[in-house]
Amino acid sequence: MHREFKEVKKARGKIEGQGLVAGRPAYSDDLAPRDALVVKILRSPHAHARIISIDSEAAEQLTGVACVLSYKDVKRIPFTRAGQGHPEPSPHDKFIFDQYVRYVGDEVAAVAAVDEATAIRALELIKVEYEVLDAVLDFEAAMDNPTVIHPEPEIHDMFPIGFEPKRNIAAAYDMEIGDVEKILAESEITVKSSYYTQAQAHVALEPHTAYSYLDLHGRLNVVTSTQNPFHTRRLLGQALEMPLRSIRIRKPRIGGGFGGKQHVHVEPYAALVTLRTGKPAKVVMTRREVFEASFARHQMRIDMQVGASRDGRIRALDMHVLSNTGAYGEHALTVFMVGGSKTLPLYNKVEAVRFGGKIVYTNKIPAGAYRGYGAIQGNFALESAISELAHELKMDPAELRRKNMIAEGETSEIFKIMGEGSEGVEMTIESCKLDYCVDRGSQLIKWDPKKLAVPSGDGKIRAKGMALAMQGSGIPLIDMGSAHIELQDDGFFKLHIGATDLGTGSDTILAQIAAEELGVSSDDIIVYASDTDRTPYDVGAYASSTTYVSGNAVIRAAKNMKQVLRAAAAEKFGVAAEEVEFDGKELRTGDGKHSVGLKEFSFDTLYHEGANMKTLAAEGSFSGEKSPPPYMAGFVEIEVDTGTGKVEVLDYVAIVDCGTPINTNLAKVQVEGGLLQGIGMAMYEDVQYSSKGQMLTNNLMHYKIPSREDVKKLTVELAESYDPSGPFGAKSVGEIGIDTPLAAIANAIYNATGARIRELPLTPPRVLAAIKAARPH
Amino acid sequence: MRIQLNINGLEKQFDIEPGDMLVDTLRRAGYTEVKKGCDTGSCGVCTVLLDGTPILSCSYLSAKADGHSITTIRGLEKEAAEFGEFLVAEGADQCGFCAPGFALTVIAMKRELGSPGEEEIKHYLAGNLCRCSGYESQMRAIKKYLEATHA
Repeated sequence: MHREFKEVKKARGKIEGQGLVAGRPAYSDDLAPRDALVVKILRSPHAHARIISIDSEAAEQLTGVACVLSYKDVKRIPFTRAGQGHPEPSPHDKFIFDQYVRYVGDEVAAVAAVDEATAIRALELIKVEYEVLDAVLDFEAAMDNPTVIHPEPEIHDMFPIGFEPKRNIAAAYDMEIGDVEKILAESEITVKSSYYTQAQAHVALEPHTAYSYLDLHGRLNVVTSTQNPFHTRRLLGQALEMPLRSIRIRKPRIGGGFGGKQHVHVEPYAALVTLRTGKPAKVVMTRREVFEASFARHQMRIDMQVGASRDGRIRALDMHVLSNTGAYGEHALTVFMVGGSKTLPLYNKVEAVRFGGKIVYTNKIPAGAYRGYGAIQGNFALESAISELAHELKMDPAELRRKNMIAEGETSEIFKIMGEGSEGVEMTIESCKLDYCVDRGSQLIKWDPKKLAVPSGDGKIRAKGMALAMQGSGIPLIDMGSAHIELQDDGFFKLHIGATDLGTGSDTILAQIAAEELGVSSDDIIVYASDTDRTPYDVGAYASSTTYVSGNAVIRAAKNMKQVLRAAAAEKFGVAAEEVEFDGKELRTGDGKHSVGLKEFSFDTLYHEGANMKTLAAEGSFSGEKSPPPYMAGFVEIEVDTGTGKVEVLDYVAIVDCGTPINTNLAKVQVEGGLLQGIGMAMYEDVQYSSKGQMLTNNLMHYKIPSREDVKKLTVELAESYDPSGPFGAKSVGEIGIDTPLAAIANAIYNATGARIRELPLTPPRVLAAIKAARPH
Repeated sequence: MRIQLNINGLEKQFDIEPGDMLVDTLRRAGYTEVKKGCDTGSCGVCTVLLDGTPILSCSYLSAKADGHSITTIRGLEKEAAEFGEFLVAEGADQCGFCAPGFALTVIAMKRELGSPGEEEIKHYLAGNLCRCSGYESQMRAIKKYLEATHA
């Protein structure tokens, strides 16, 4: 299986890297026409209200204003903004504009004007009268609350997801394998606790941006910072009641996504203005809008029970989740399900396992997709609980995990029962190097179960903690990617892919994959991606799918391309196609009688062969029958100041099994970036509100993300691994890095101080209070 | 009101409103390499050099820049490409949205501090946020760049 590679498993530089550093126009707002109307959105100042009246006359009369739009101007069509497969597992509960607003930031009206200043002045001239309604801000009080957030009759689910809007329930799900209550009752040791994870903001540095225009054919073109152009076309078509043939979506470069752009946020408003005025229009969110009115991570309460035998055999796992989807239900069910389906199989030798709960509406910012996608929340509960169990058993937490964790050749019944919004698929794990990851991580962090905490003077303690994680590689039988390869004169290839590079380097690694399969250099692959008119279909960049799903599609296209080349050469040589070999440079017969260089051959096919001339091209599509999980072991060393509660991360060791890293550098940087976002969530990132539901952390001064001064050391290594189902053995790597820091750091704080903190983030006041509470009096 | 700026070596005039911020004046004039990320002077993507010193153009009034010289990353093509090589070699150029402001600050740091140590580098660049990379690959690139180009 392990072969030598020429183009993959290499640290190749990104193809667009120098262009980006040089500042060439690349992102949506860089490319928007200078004369595009500037669209600004009037947003609700109330967490829950009914619009009694909107008076936009003064705004409309302001010089330079092209139009003002509100619920009076659009047909009331419920849709979902979640970029997901069809039919979407998210309820159709959002309207482009509505007479009701359900959180501070909800869209009330849009103004289009010749410039930003005029648009902002016009916003101020719109008079809106609201009837303020009671708001539901506490997610633990949302279910069956007398205030119903979605009483409207038109909203619906696309298939049964446990949708009960009259009870403020967006979705619900329950499953059980074996008899959890019985096994827990029989277990010699049990631990039981509730864990709370907070909402986190994505903070991609490029704010959500889209511009639209009508092309020569009168078709609506939208250029947008999206992670899923094809879903965006479908969702936009639905929301605007337009046939999809009249819409084209293009994604240029985007400045980060992390799941935050796996939705339709700004596109409908630009499009509405273009359709209304016939003019180009653009929406560029302010940072405040990104914070207040895009999406955040689902806040959760996770009730966790683990049962084990005295010798450390984990017998039962029970995870019960309450998830806060905010005002709308995008990704409500699926994020929640991943909380169980991509954590619980880590310990697959249990006799019984149960997962279930509800996702509730509140009058807060809607939650959506965010890197980790539920697995990070579930991981905090599971991996904290496993360490709590280790303490009860007086066992090394690393040893307890080694004894119970999943291994190569094994499976979990959960894979079959739980998918994303529906059933999953049976899957035997063909690559899992968790044993190596734990051993190597222990070695690098110098894990000694007898010395997990050491005083370092001045009331400070250095301590270590750990956690394991798994993720997936695309959604099996749902996610599909495709690729088109075409030979060009001079012997290079066009690679057209629907896949969506959001900064991760997928354009580069898909070119590497094509080059490896074709036997040519990556320099001979020209990539064009993410254009619904001109590239083949792809679900887009989410669910850790691109390397695995789109990568496999590229391999299929390249294999087919080789067949096409051999067949065309066979015709030229007058032999059978099976007799022709291709090594990336030359097409020749095995007997050496015929040969032609690829470059010469490419000119021949397009210029020199009269009636035989043709374009040589091939396609490939792939949808996974499984979703091989990447795995990782995370180890952290921290220093806790017991006088102040301040925690410093001194080193974070991550050993990751992502199969073959297609690009060794880019894979490693994915993990480093994921780790730091996870550390940010563990330590201080927290979306906070006033008592009226106004977000307080709506800028980068009040919502802190890690700066480079916050990083002491990240130590990332990739395990040698190969998954037979992946492209050249690759699995995914985009999300796995973010999952472990929450539990690993909380576990380290416990090891340092005896304070078990089950609520995030681990801020100094919280840590200090926990230390004081844990101290024997 | 009308202001005059020397941008990347060229004298240019701009008609502005008194409250306009430099980032908007520049972007409107087509200098889209100056990015806009946070509106509060927190993220560093709007960095330009004002008379050679890095400033945040989202919190700098255009009127105040009147008569001064502004350098964007496109005014430092050679240095940007030189540093870019190290950045790309480390895979540190992720989404790239922070790259122009970040590269400009690195170049200014090199001019100002010569060959700074790790803590000095972190401190000088603390205002240039990156949400993608975790900063470690950027640090590897900066160190190698400084080492390779130190006279």
